[in-house]
Amino acid sequence: MASGGWCSRVDSRWLTAYGPLVRAQVRSQAQYRASFVIDVAGSVLFGVLDVVAVFVLFRVSKTLAGFTFADVFLMTALANCAFAIADLLVGNVERLRVYVRSGLLDAVLVRPLGVLTQLAVMDVAARRVGRVVVAVGVLIVAAVNAGLALTAARLVLLVVAPAAGAVIFSAVFVGTASVAFWWIESGELGNALTYGGHDFTAYPMPIYGTVFRRLLAYGLGFAFVAYYPALALLDRRDPLGAPAGLGYASPLVAALVAAAAGLCWRRGVRHYRSTGS
Amino acid sequence: MTVIEARALRKEFVVRVKAGVLRRESRVIAAVDGIDLTVSRGDMLGYIGPNGAGKSTTLKMLTGVLYPSSGVVRVCGFEPVPQRQALARRIGVVFGHRSQLWWDLPLRDSFALLRHIYAVPAADHAARLSRCRKLLDLDPFLDTPVRQLSLGQRMRGELTAALLHGPEVLFLDEPTIGLDLVSKQAVRSFLAGIGDAGDTTLVLTTHDLADIERLCRRLVVIDRGRIVHDGSLDELHARYGSRRRVVVDLDAPLVTPLALPDVSVESIEADGRRITYALEGGRTTAGELVRRLAELASIRDISVLEPAIEDVVARLYADRDRHGAGA
Repeated sequence: MASGGWCSRVDSRWLTAYGPLVRAQVRSQAQYRASFVIDVAGSVLFGVLDVVAVFVLFRVSKTLAGFTFADVFLMTALANCAFAIADLLVGNVERLRVYVRSGLLDAVLVRPLGVLTQLAVMDVAARRVGRVVVAVGVLIVAAVNAGLALTAARLVLLVVAPAAGAVIFSAVFVGTASVAFWWIESGELGNALTYGGHDFTAYPMPIYGTVFRRLLAYGLGFAFVAYYPALALLDRRDPLGAPAGLGYASPLVAALVAAAAGLCWRRGVRHYRSTGS
Repeated sequence: MTVIEARALRKEFVVRVKAGVLRRESRVIAAVDGIDLTVSRGDMLGYIGPNGAGKSTTLKMLTGVLYPSSGVVRVCGFEPVPQRQALARRIGVVFGHRSQLWWDLPLRDSFALLRHIYAVPAADHAARLSRCRKLLDLDPFLDTPVRQLSLGQRMRGELTAALLHGPEVLFLDEPTIGLDLVSKQAVRSFLAGIGDAGDTTLVLTTHDLADIERLCRRLVVIDRGRIVHDGSLDELHARYGSRRRVVVDLDAPLVTPLALPDVSVESIEADGRRITYALEGGRTTAGELVRRLAELASIRDISVLEPAIEDVVARLYADRDRHGAGA
């Protein structure tokens, strides 16, 4: 990392290695054809069910913390889209604990690519593409349904928000997976924050209790996945009194959360190398 | 040219020991306790020792997997951990129990992927692959998914995978473990060929003594994190008093015992018709012993037993246990 030349050489190798590795992974998974089809169908179904939950909710109540069905539908769609992208890209880093336990991480460490890159690429789950496609479709429907007054800024936000949200979720995936460097038996702990976090972000923040909200919405930046961007898109004020247009800060929050996760990861790798686990 | 250099290399682990119902005491254990090692280009180094002696830990520090707790280490001029990726392109690593291959893909695909990972020029890759295909006889299973390969086939694949980027040093952690005899021999003669070519340095850990005899010109024996022997196999034999033996079958028992310098009678069987002589030191050769014996009796059969490395290593480890009991 001493010189820029070194960095750029690594980047180009990363790019040339990335494509073949992802294709190989898809080929691997396609070997088990029935299982592959079931997985794709399952992940599509999951994406649809998340939306159905909103429909069910609004059969019971006309509004949720002052928000209409169309508002919440948009939030859910944004959260879903962000999560589906993150899950596709790095959802499998939770397998880190398997790597640590089996000693396969040693094999990863003797290859000339970054550890995180290898884990993300080598376990990329092709079936999750289906969920991303569904999520993007649902987001378009939700945006149309909400009748957004689309200015240029909002159009950009509509594209940037899911990307920033995906970075936030990715950071949570990576951060929670890092725990396995210290504690192999971390089990389902990570899922509470990743899959649980996805459900949390799908609804307006005022419905949550103060402590819970402070911790997840602001502490981990979950409010910036869907809630604040949705408010900005809908041109609505935050009932909790946050300044208008806070949704546009999502990429900044994403960068901060990603930096924190990166730090956890690096410390984790360093810890592994000093303990061997 | 030096390819591996270690000075006072040390690795400590903290282990927690149960000290009560809930209490745990931390204890620091040195898995590698001050190792000095210099390996030159083309060396074939056997790194042996009992389980838990620190072999794998050393190997992990040399390959950039683990940070040393203290000491200096350079491999191909790199500091292994900080310069892990640069070093990775110059070394090959084969773990006997862990696969580096893509489980669900044909062997051929794994090789193709490794070319991208290591950014090997297509021509070099093809040349190295075709050499391995010929020497390791890979063609019959090149299109079989790795998960369906036998262990012997897979190991041949692993070796190829570790060599496709033309490493300067090849680290092998128990490369013949679990293989059948034929596969073991295939692996050994392949590695011997690489060693004989002289530009690749081999460092291997093994419990298989045949590996050592066939492949290691130099033996480093490690015990409790320290090097207890560094030298050739012959030196190890000399130091631990291994002896060549000459077994003779005679038509009739000897009337007068044979007395020669450095020769002792180890056993007499079959009513004196089978005698086992042990040769120690160099003052009498096996040929001379046989010639003198032929003057005294009529010899029916002769066999010369080379010293078994098993005996030497067993003695080495037994020493350790004695010390262990004393400590």
